[in-house]
Amino acid sequence: MAISPSTQDVVLARLKGRRVDLKGVLFEALLLLALLLSLSILITLMADVLRGGLGVLTERGFGFLTAGLATFSADTAGVKQGIVGSMLTLVFVVLLAFPLGIGAAVYLEEYAPDTTFTRFINVNIRNLAGVPSIVYGLLGLALFVEVFRPLTGGTTAISGGLTLAVLVLPIVVITAAEALRAVPDSIREAGFGVGATRWEVVRSHVLPSAAPGILTGTVLSISRALGETAPLLLVGAITGYIATGGQSLVEQMRSSFTTLPTVVYSYARLPSQDFREVTSAAIIVLLAVILLVNAIAIVLRNRYERKW
Amino acid sequence: MTQAVLPPQIPIAEALKGDPSRRRRENFIRRLFLGAAAVSVLISAAIVLSLVGRAVTFITNVDLGALWTSGWFPRRGLFDIKTIVVGTLIVSLIAMVVAIPLGLGCAVYLSEYARPRVRRLLKPILEILAGIPSVVLGFFAITFISPQIVQRFFSGSSLFNMMAAGIGVGVLVTPLIASISEDAMRAVPASLREAAYGVGARKRTTTVKVVFPAAISGIVASIIVGVSRAIGETMVVAIAAGATGGSIFQLDPSQPGQTMTAAMTSLAIGSDQVKGGEFTFESLFFVGFLLFAITLALNIMSERFVRRVREKY
Repeated sequence: MAISPSTQDVVLARLKGRRVDLKGVLFEALLLLALLLSLSILITLMADVLRGGLGVLTERGFGFLTAGLATFSADTAGVKQGIVGSMLTLVFVVLLAFPLGIGAAVYLEEYAPDTTFTRFINVNIRNLAGVPSIVYGLLGLALFVEVFRPLTGGTTAISGGLTLAVLVLPIVVITAAEALRAVPDSIREAGFGVGATRWEVVRSHVLPSAAPGILTGTVLSISRALGETAPLLLVGAITGYIATGGQSLVEQMRSSFTTLPTVVYSYARLPSQDFREVTSAAIIVLLAVILLVNAIAIVLRNRYERKW
Repeated sequence: MTQAVLPPQIPIAEALKGDPSRRRRENFIRRLFLGAAAVSVLISAAIVLSLVGRAVTFITNVDLGALWTSGWFPRRGLFDIKTIVVGTLIVSLIAMVVAIPLGLGCAVYLSEYARPRVRRLLKPILEILAGIPSVVLGFFAITFISPQIVQRFFSGSSLFNMMAAGIGVGVLVTPLIASISEDAMRAVPASLREAAYGVGARKRTTTVKVVFPAAISGIVASIIVGVSRAIGETMVVAIAAGATGGSIFQLDPSQPGQTMTAAMTSLAIGSDQVKGGEFTFESLFFVGFLLFAITLALNIMSERFVRRVREKY
């Protein structure tokens, strides 16, 4: 039986869908709206901060970066101690959290037998990553400021740096473990096949292959450490500022301290309009540093990302 | 080719063990890595120990009536737990009202609707939002969210209020929910979607009735992680919710309030050692322990849900 033209039309119309899927279009529009709203928050935030702080930055230029903490006159307030303090605390993150974190990840991924103890360490690390940062501040206060006072000198850059190192350690472990897991077993087996020991395989094959992923994770943890404020408030960051008058590094480390985000916080607490602008300018500096670090991480990931 | 290297008098099993010095080095390195992994256990133990000791000192020494009064004024010896717990709940609730629709909307769009190029462009921008420090959002909450949004819609609100803080925390939590639930939805195999299309389902039907239910464990996990993060968020609340020093018990989100985290920062700043009434300093650790216990329970819960996704696909 030949298909009549009208039947063909009906079938075609059915296949195309008789009407516009109005609910479907509406649904997609709502989803897009959620996404655009989230992005517009970011844009508004950036615009708000730039509008408030760009004036101060263009007017004073590098003067703002090299001026010290001042809570009475907005004209002389700067972020110098914040920058120095952030760099000093980051030293601990780089020297402690990175080797310990990568070492732990290598153990968990390459060495650890699948025992209850290993699984316990794994769960433990994931839970540590979810502990609120302010709780790490309490740990820092009890451990580094009080118990280890003879070593750290109390509320000093050493205590702050150690607290940050402990805080980002689980992040380093998790990202490094992920990068190691992405290295295919064939690489390891090739190494064992020619008689290499586990450490030789790890050193010469697994770590180099996982290096980009590990690096991305470490860079991201730096950006996390750069933005943390709450735990540092508990180990005393707000009270002091770093001596920046030509002391030795050790003296600086053992004096009271502040960091870039804590400087932002102390300026944000001052009510006058002038300090609103100073706060915005300090935020621009902080965001610039953090975005730069994040951009490095994204570039690293895109450039070296390898599909096996 | 050289001849077999093994001297004949050594049994093969012995020879296969290799050079003793090489074996020693291997063992040493393994122990080194084990030590690094064990540090995380030490940290957990240190957290629990440093919190529990003083929390117990606090709870056994403080007058229990002081834990249920009209407000949280630690320097005057009034430690009303419900003030800070309810404050935390109000702020977290507002945060989730903002973050769940936004975060899930972003996740569904990026995972199901966005073309690959759009996704590659938008995802890093969301990651930037995730990387914004909470101090910055706290400042944004008092300079923009509070005057431009909260005070516009709720006349009579104070500049420092729990709603502005809640919205700010919600903005922080949004990218977290978006990224975890997007991962969960992308883990749903394409065959499920194709099966739905095969029986004539539309995109929306497929998304809502097939992909979303298949990814529900991951989505629930993302929300639980979001709640845990919102409860532990400190700086936004410390800056925008007002109430430094103390707060009376109240439920109105347009007024200043106190959360557990903000109570801790205001206890800690201002002096190098917390001063005030008896056991004020210990109360810091008590609140910290409470916070630690709540977030730990939430994280373990979300971990369960995530594992369920992993087992399925």
